[in-house]
Amino acid sequence: MRMVSPVLSLRGVTKRFGGLVAVNGMDFDVTEHEVLGLIGPNGSGKSTTLNLISGALMPTEGTISLRGAPITHLAAQDIARKGVARTFQLVRLLPSMPVLENIKAGAVFGHRRRWGSDADAQAQALMEQVGLAGRGHLRVGQLTYIDTKRVELARALAGDPMVLLLDEWLAGLNPTELEEGIALIRRLRDEGRTVILVEHVMDAIRSLCDRCVVMASGTKIAEGAVADVLSDPEVIRAYLGDDDD
Amino acid sequence: MRLTAKDWQGLALTAVLLGVAACLPVLTTAYWLTIGVTIAMYTVLATSWALFSGPTHYISLATAAFFGVGTYTTGLGIEHLPYWVLPPLAGLIGAALAALVGLATLRLSGVYFVIFTLGLAEFIRQIITWGQTVSGTKGIYVLTSITEAHIYWQLLGLAGLVWLLGWLIGRSRLGFALRIIGDDEEVARHSGIHTARAKVMLFMVPGAFAAITGAVLAPRYVYIEPILAFTPMLSFQVVIMALLGGTGRLWGPVVGVIPFTFLWEGISASMPNQTTLLLGVAFLVIVYVLPRGFVGLIEDARARMNRAEGYA
Repeated sequence: MRMVSPVLSLRGVTKRFGGLVAVNGMDFDVTEHEVLGLIGPNGSGKSTTLNLISGALMPTEGTISLRGAPITHLAAQDIARKGVARTFQLVRLLPSMPVLENIKAGAVFGHRRRWGSDADAQAQALMEQVGLAGRGHLRVGQLTYIDTKRVELARALAGDPMVLLLDEWLAGLNPTELEEGIALIRRLRDEGRTVILVEHVMDAIRSLCDRCVVMASGTKIAEGAVADVLSDPEVIRAYLGDDDD
Repeated sequence: MRLTAKDWQGLALTAVLLGVAACLPVLTTAYWLTIGVTIAMYTVLATSWALFSGPTHYISLATAAFFGVGTYTTGLGIEHLPYWVLPPLAGLIGAALAALVGLATLRLSGVYFVIFTLGLAEFIRQIITWGQTVSGTKGIYVLTSITEAHIYWQLLGLAGLVWLLGWLIGRSRLGFALRIIGDDEEVARHSGIHTARAKVMLFMVPGAFAAITGAVLAPRYVYIEPILAFTPMLSFQVVIMALLGGTGRLWGPVVGVIPFTFLWEGISASMPNQTTLLLGVAFLVIVYVLPRGFVGLIEDARARMNRAEGYA
């Protein structure tokens, strides 16, 4: 066991929508500089968990804390300010603004707030970091799919968050783009960013994550090192279903 | 705050145009001064309206409510307070009312917000009418020595103030936040923007300015009654003029106000019953032909010219 205090921890986090229990008693910690994979079959509650952390949804029960301070019932904007940034499952950019301004939105209003030339410099630096150098003036409608994802990633990083939530950031990329995408997230990991990665692409999970948490039907069914978790019979059953024979 | 050459140019041009416009009462007849007052009044109303509704896309029909409240501030206050106190007082009351309305409604989605703001003017009008019925009075006389030229100059000053404020907001964090909210409120929240607070703060701007405008114009009406002070037509005209000009630029609304005022005057003079038809037609033109208003038309033309130069 590592004795590092967690950056983010969930304790007994539950979300009910009427009679449906979307997330049921989730417990896990994310430590500093860790890339945690959050995986599971479709409908297992991964995105709902991210939405609960980022404040898009409020938990019915349980507590979520950021560096020991509860953020469970804070509004999304306050959680963002405290240091949780996210991307969206379906890319959401600001259509009326060029690339640079999209990224500046994160730099101006995020966890670490900048203004004026500081914000411009930060947005420029992030454009280079995610591979958008020289494209700051483009309208977001003119971008390729992976570039729209880069903009969203840069926007999330621009406020220097303590935790970054990536909701299927690699989904929908073609094989070449996927390689680029994985390399990009690996660089974030090498920089020491703390990331929760909701992902379906198993290659990405294997090569990027330090640990992973597996969900099925709203509950955690496994947690640990990636190789161990992926060979866990219960995880295999959750993904592939029970044997018929 | 560092200003670019373009900023100075814009500021200088605005100052010169306001200076020229200020000569109108000295140079022309009473008729043109009347038109000038109308244009200045709608410039203040439409520009301040666009400051909020332009970036957020929340269509507010509350202009008449704030305007009416301002008119009554002068109407009721003129006997007790010096005149110069009344417009600023109206501004404070308008801003406070806008904050209340904003807190109550800006969490609502677009359509409900529109209906609520339309209802607000009617609601306040009914309260005042009820108050008059109970007290047995009808209208209020506002008798002052303020001339049409004084009103015109006050409105021009107010227009300058709206532009200055709009320019400052456009360069501020608040302005940037509003543009992000207008594009995607969900992204705004998750980027760390307190969306409700930003919207309420900006909604107070048209609230204050419409109330001040009402307070400044009250002496012109001489006799104030609810049906006149709170006419819903005012709210619709402001929306149409601002959209016709275009809300994407600070100078957009005035580009809509000037031709619309002349059209309106022309039609009211010859066919007084057909003015609402103009509103309807203008609305159709905006929706089908000019979605970004005259501003869009001008900017497209400019872009075409630049491209043509590029090829040459």
